[in-house]
Order: sequence, then structure tokens, then C-alpha cells
Amino acid sequence: MYNILLGGAAGDGIETMSAIFEKMLKQSGCHLFTIRDFMSRVRGGHNFTQIRFGNQPFHAHRDTLNGIFAIDETTYLEHQSRLSYDGFILCDESLAIDDFRAIKCPLKKTAANLGNPKVINSVATGALLKLFDMPLDQAADILKASLRDDLVEVNLSAIKMGYDLLNATHHLSPVETSEQLLLSGNTAIGLGAVAAGIRFYSAYPMSPSTSLLDFFNAQSSAMAIAVEQAEDEIAAINMAIGAAYAGATAMTGTSGGGFSLMVEALGFAGIAEIPLVAVDVQRPGPATGFPTRTEQSDLKFVISASQGEFPRMVIALRDHADCFYQTARSLALAKKYQLPVILLSDQYLADSTTTVPLFDVNKIVHFDQPGPMVPATDDLPYQRYALTENGISPLAIPGKSPALVRVDSDEHDPWGQITESATIRNQMVNKRQNKLNALKEELIEPEFWGSHQCQSLLVGFGSTSGAIKEAIDILNQNENNYGALIFGDIYPLPTERLRHFAAQVVDIINVEQNATGQLASLIREEALINCDHSILKYDGRQLSVDDILNGIKNLKGGF
Amino acid sequence: MNKPAFTTYDTAWCPGCGNYAILETLTGVLNQLATPPHQVVLVGGIGQAAKTNQYITANGFSGLHGRSLPAAAAIKIANNDLTVIVNTGDGDSYGEGGNHFLHNIRRNVDITHFVHDNQIYGLTKGQPSPTSDPCDPLHKAAACNMGATFNPLLVALAAGATFVARSFSGDKKHLADMMAAAIKHPGYALVDILQPCVSFNKINTFAYYKQRVKPLDDRHDPTNKLAAIEKAMEFGDTIPIGILYQQATPTYADKRPELFDNIPLADKHVPQNAIETLIKSYI
Ligand SMILES: Cc1ncc(C[n+]2csc(CCOP(=O)(O)OP(=O)(O)O)c2C)c(N)n1
Ligand code: SF4
Ligand SMILES: [Mg+2]
Repeated sequence: MYNILLGGAAGDGIETMSAIFEKMLKQSGCHLFTIRDFMSRVRGGHNFTQIRFGNQPFHAHRDTLNGIFAIDETTYLEHQSRLSYDGFILCDESLAIDDFRAIKCPLKKTAANLGNPKVINSVATGALLKLFDMPLDQAADILKASLRDDLVEVNLSAIKMGYDLLNATHHLSPVETSEQLLLSGNTAIGLGAVAAGIRFYSAYPMSPSTSLLDFFNAQSSAMAIAVEQAEDEIAAINMAIGAAYAGATAMTGTSGGGFSLMVEALGFAGIAEIPLVAVDVQRPGPATGFPTRTEQSDLKFVISASQGEFPRMVIALRDHADCFYQTARSLALAKKYQLPVILLSDQYLADSTTTVPLFDVNKIVHFDQPGPMVPATDDLPYQRYALTENGISPLAIPGKSPALVRVDSDEHDPWGQITESATIRNQMVNKRQNKLNALKEELIEPEFWGSHQCQSLLVGFGSTSGAIKEAIDILNQNENNYGALIFGDIYPLPTERLRHFAAQVVDIINVEQNATGQLASLIREEALINCDHSILKYDGRQLSVDDILNGIKNLKGGF
Repeated sequence: MNKPAFTTYDTAWCPGCGNYAILETLTGVLNQLATPPHQVVLVGGIGQAAKTNQYITANGFSGLHGRSLPAAAAIKIANNDLTVIVNTGDGDSYGEGGNHFLHNIRRNVDITHFVHDNQIYGLTKGQPSPTSDPCDPLHKAAACNMGATFNPLLVALAAGATFVARSFSGDKKHLADMMAAAIKHPGYALVDILQPCVSFNKINTFAYYKQRVKPLDDRHDPTNKLAAIEKAMEFGDTIPIGILYQQATPTYADKRPELFDNIPLADKHVPQNAIETLIKSYI
């Protein structure tokens, strides 16, 4: 397994180079996991992607590097301390990098000879492929799929010339990857929504959710999705609500700032019992925060967002497969229970790309809900909010039957007419809350990872999943003493497994990408269980396996 | 078979309120349409005017204060077969919902927007709305605008609206004509309806409007935007009512024939193999 970094300034083309290089690695039989670290600017600064690859699947990044491709000296200076002793720095011969690990090549000269200085990255790609002893046979196809037609030829030549600059020094035995996808978390969310029959997506651009809007725009015609770039996030969520009322499977997406604007309408979906999915792709806040970086600090916000009380569900997405399957499930649950479901993702998951087993559409068919009911003519006038045992009222769609469908943001009676009756108010609040009883029955308990005899339990949620699992595996190599619970369904909080392990272990450590330990606080509130220690990170850079291992080392030293 | 009729319920409005005439006229206009009640969605925000949809037997969507337009547009996008009509107040439409007002004009979804413009916040009991008259030291108005008065028709024209009209709740015949024409218009249609609020607006009363409103005559060419702009700027001793501007422009749906054909978007189905092909394109 190898871990390499490609770095340069914004505008240097690192992003494109990385996407092409990743595809080549995958086609050559590698699994990979790539994180993207970029600044909120279009030119200058320092951006990098970090690609971990090898012949086993990866679910997280690591800190120690085996190689760096440095477009500039900054890249070297920023990252050389993480480069292993036997690692390499591939760079142009002109860079002032004085390091015995440097492999200086005539990258610029080669590009210049080809008549296009911009193909320097392709020269470097060729050199890297050679270093890792990868074949070139897929290069032409991948370039064709990735670049403008007129750029394919020259970049292919550049890759070939780069390939001839060096000798192979690293070797990997290839594995079968033809049943693997290579995609980002946001793409996986988009595909999950498509598979679940999304017909309407509305949003206002905001990093790191924007690529979701771009995905749906690109698929709008082919996949029959109306995509609205709304005038603001308030319009975006109110549009999704309107579309859902009229029978379209609808979703909206944003980051924390936009979610803040959606809050009133979230409660509207709650009281009006509209099936709605809202994705919050988190970034560090508050306010504008760190636009292009990562955090898990909206948990307690989305759980309590909006005035008043109403049932909702929150699902934290843990990895790329979750992005697909849980998005589809969220749309189905929103319909089944007629309530808002919030998907919590974050920049790390949204922008990282990885190989993941081919998504199986058949696995989500059982999430399909029966179509909207058509009331018998003698059931009229139709009661949109009929009082039922489990709180779920049969849902009719306007225009599909003689039933007149009335929904209301005011408190209302079973027909959806505004009311101020104390009795009906109690009935309606109880009815809505009742829906949670059935929902709680089908919550998915947190995934357990590690030794069932563990004495130390890590708890986490969402995108730190991969790092936590890998850290547990490493810790258990020495003392088989560690376990982890990683929450996907997080609100309502499933507590059965948590109670089971809490009774057994000596200590519980919450691992979170935020400053205040929001999961620990939720666990305390919902299960009366205290976490004994915390490993927290909130610098906008994702917790790595190494951060967790170091955190444990520090804690255990202090025991 | 007879089409089921649109009928009305008891209301929570003050006796003498201009909203009654609007409700009655709208019900009459709806009954003239070929569309049955279950194919009509009446949308509102929050306010006295916004309650209109509560009082007519049709599908009803009472949304949030200021947010009726985006919801209405999306209802129409989801099911192009529905007739979608918004009834809501001046505060709701031009104040809280000002941004949506602008951008739904640009969106040009085929919905109809009836603003019950009482030049006041009725439900919250008498605060100035964007369309309240400017403050005048001689008038002892409780509710007036310290800042400039908002001119909804002028703004609508500037934003590119393709149907811009004004009417008066006190002239039911005129109002019915405006409503029918607006519903018929393909695309976003705005009718600003002068509506006396007997409880809180003591300036812009029934008599005040009655004296001033003047139907546009035949010389007004509703396809002439400059003439429409001139008429939109008239609001004083005479207040022109009628269709100030109307133009045939492609609607939101016209521009996306692949999404808006004879099958409502909400009912469309993408075959599983197409979805699988898309997924496999990431291999
Ligand atoms: C977010 C929000 N802010 C404020 C209100 C309170 N509110 C309800 S109606 C209204 C104004 C009503 O004025 P208008 O829209 O002109 O309707 P009218 O009652 O005059 O018909 C206000 C401010 C609210 N319901 N929601
Ligand atoms: S307050 Fe004014 S607008 Fe509201 S019902 Fe009374 S008269 Fe009509
Ligand atoms: Mg008003």
C-alpha cells in the first residue's frame, strides 16, 4: 500500500491530474482512497490531493506519505515532515529542493518540447505511473473520457514521455477492480437519490454541497429530475416541500449556513407532515467558517433546528456506500413516516473519492413505498391528517383522485383546516410524536467494530468511521481490548448496543470532529451514559487513523 | 357528469372586509373553469388574505409567511396538470417574500398570483406594509411608510413579468375578468388587488379606492412595455386598473419539453436499467 500527495497552487491543475491518475490506478487493479484539501480560492495558495492506494480496500486517509509530487517548493515545505525516510519527492529539476529523497526530472522541458507547457502534470503522471510499475494501456481511453478532444493527443504523448523518464522502483500486485466504482461521497448521494426515484432537487450553491447540485443538473434530463437553483435556501426548501406535496420525490441540499436559513421550513415539513429529505454537507462553522474544510459540528443543531416540537430523523453518513444506500433509505422513510429526514454528511466524505463495490439497485427496491392512496369516493371529504393508531395518516396526492388535499403550517384538524381547539391540538401533537414509536422499531443500531470482549469502547458517528475502524484494528494487534460503535442512524438515537457495551467496558471514548463532543452530549441525554474521555479535532482537517492512535496513546498514558 | 362545484366555508374575516368580495369572485371564476376542484391547488402564505384557500373547496396549501411562491412554483413543476393559484397578502408577497417575488417572475412557472393588497399588515393588526402610503405629516396615519412605498407592478415589469394587472375588490366584474385572464395566461401572472381593510387601514378605504380606480381604456396597448411602465407609475388621484402588460413568452415548462410532456413529472419513472447504466459509468 502507498500513500502519495500531489500538491500545487489553485489553478495548477492538481485536481484534474489527480482525477486522471486515480482512474489509471483503479484500471490498473488498485483500490484507493483520495482526500482533497483545497483553499477557498480559484488561483494561488496551496492545494493538494492525497491518494492512498494498494490491493486492499481503504476507508480513510493516513498521514505518513510514501511520495510527493511537488509542483512548487511550498508543497515540499508543507508536507516533507510527513514523508517517510525512504519516500520520494518528484519535482521539476528547476525547483530549489535540497533533499536526498528528491527525484528531479526535466518535467518542464519535456512539456515545452511538446509545445504545451501546461502538460507538465501529464509528464509527471507518466513518471509516477512508471515509478509504481503501472501499465499505460488504459491511458488513452481515460484521457478521452476526461479531457477536451483537442487535448487528448498531447497529454497522451506527455504521459508516455514522462513514463520514459524514470525506472520502476515500487511494485504492487493488481487485484480485480472491474466491479468497483470510483466516486465521491456527493456523487454517491446523488446516485442513491436517483435510484430511489428523485424527481425534484432544489438548492442554492454552497460548499461543500455544491457538487450535489452539479450532479443533479447534469442528470436532469436523462433521469427526469427537475433541478432548481433557487434564489436562496429558504426558497430551496419551500420548493422541495411544494414538490413533495404534489407527489414528487423531493430533496434539498446545503451546508450549515444554508441549513440555518431552512430552519423554519423544516418545522413546516414537520407539522404539515411532508416527506422531505434535507442533506447537510457540513463544514466548519459558525457563519462562513471554513468553506472548503470539514467538521461534524451541526449534529446538535439539526437535531433541534426549528421552533416547536415535531418528529424528525437524522442519519449520519459514514462512508460512500452509506451515501448511496442511506440516501435511498432516507427518501423511503420520509415517505413512510411523512416527516423530514436530515442526512448529515461533511466535506471529507463529500469530496473524497474511493473505490467502492458496485451499488446494487435491487438492494434498495424494498425501500420503495406503496404509491399514494386513492381514497374511496365515500371516504370524502378526505382527511389528510386522519387520527390513526400509529400516527401515520393515509397520504393522498392532489389531482390524483376526487380527494381534496389540504396541508397547513398552522395547527389543523384532520381535514387540514386551521384550528385553535385545545383538544385537537393535543390529538395532533400526540399523533405526530406517535410516528416515532414505529420509526424507532426500525432504527439501525450503530455498527460495532473490534473485539467483543473489549474493555475500551470508542464511539463516533458519520465520516470518521473508516479511521476509527482502522485505528481499532491496529490497537487490537497489541491488546485485543478495543471496540467501537459507529452511529449512522443518530436521531432518534438507537441505544440498545450502546447500553450493552457500556455495561461491559471500563471506559468510553468519544471520537468526534468537533470541539464540544456533541455525540457524547447526545448519548448522555438519551441514554444517561457518560463518555469518560474525548478525542476531538476541529481544525478543519479530518481526524486520521494516526490522530486517533495518538489520542489513545495520550489518554492511556494519563490513566 | 356535472363538474363538482367550488363552494366556500365560514371565514374568520371582519365584517365588511374586502376579502369577502375576492373570495366570492374567485369562487365564481373557478366555477366557470372546466377544471374540477381536485385539479386546482390554492396556495397561501400566512396573513388574512392567505386564509383564502382555507375557505374554498379545492386542494389547499397553507405554507409559511412569505414563502408561498416557491412552494406554488414547485407544485406546478411536480404536476403540470394542476392549476395553481396563490392568494396572499401584500406583506407576505412583497415584504417577507420579496426575494421570491423577484425570482419567481424570472422563473416564469405557469402559476397565478393574486395579491390582496390592503396596503397594511392586517393579521398582525395594523403595521405598515411595503405598499402603505408614504408618511405625510398632514395625515395622521397610524401605518405609513417612512421609507419609499414599494411599487409592485413597476417592479414586476422591471423583473420581466409577462402578465401584470391591477384590480379592485369593489368592482367584482372587473376583478372576475382579471382573474380569469390571469389564470388563462401561460406563465407567471400577477394581479395586485386593491382590498380595503376596514379594521386597520383608515386611509385607503373602500371610498378612497372607489373614487380613484379607473379602468384602462382601449387606447392602452398591453403589449407596449413602456406604456405599461407609465401606467404602473400612476398611483394617486387616479389608479389605473386592468391588464397593464401581457406578453407571450415561453414558460418554465416550455423550455424543458423533455421533463414537461403529457406525464406529470411526479409520475415519471426512470427504468432500472438506465439507473444501473448510470451507476456503472463510474466503474
Ligand atoms: C416568519 C414570520 N414572521 C412574521 C409572522 C407574523 N405575520 C403573520 S401575517 C403577517 C403580515 C400580514 O400582512 P399581509 O401579508 O399584508 O396580509 P394581510 O393580513 O394584510 O392580509 C405577519 C408579519 C409570521 N407568521 N411568520
Ligand atoms: S383585519 Fe382587515 S384584512 Fe383582516 S379581515 Fe379584518 S378587515 Fe379584512
Ligand atoms: Mg396586507
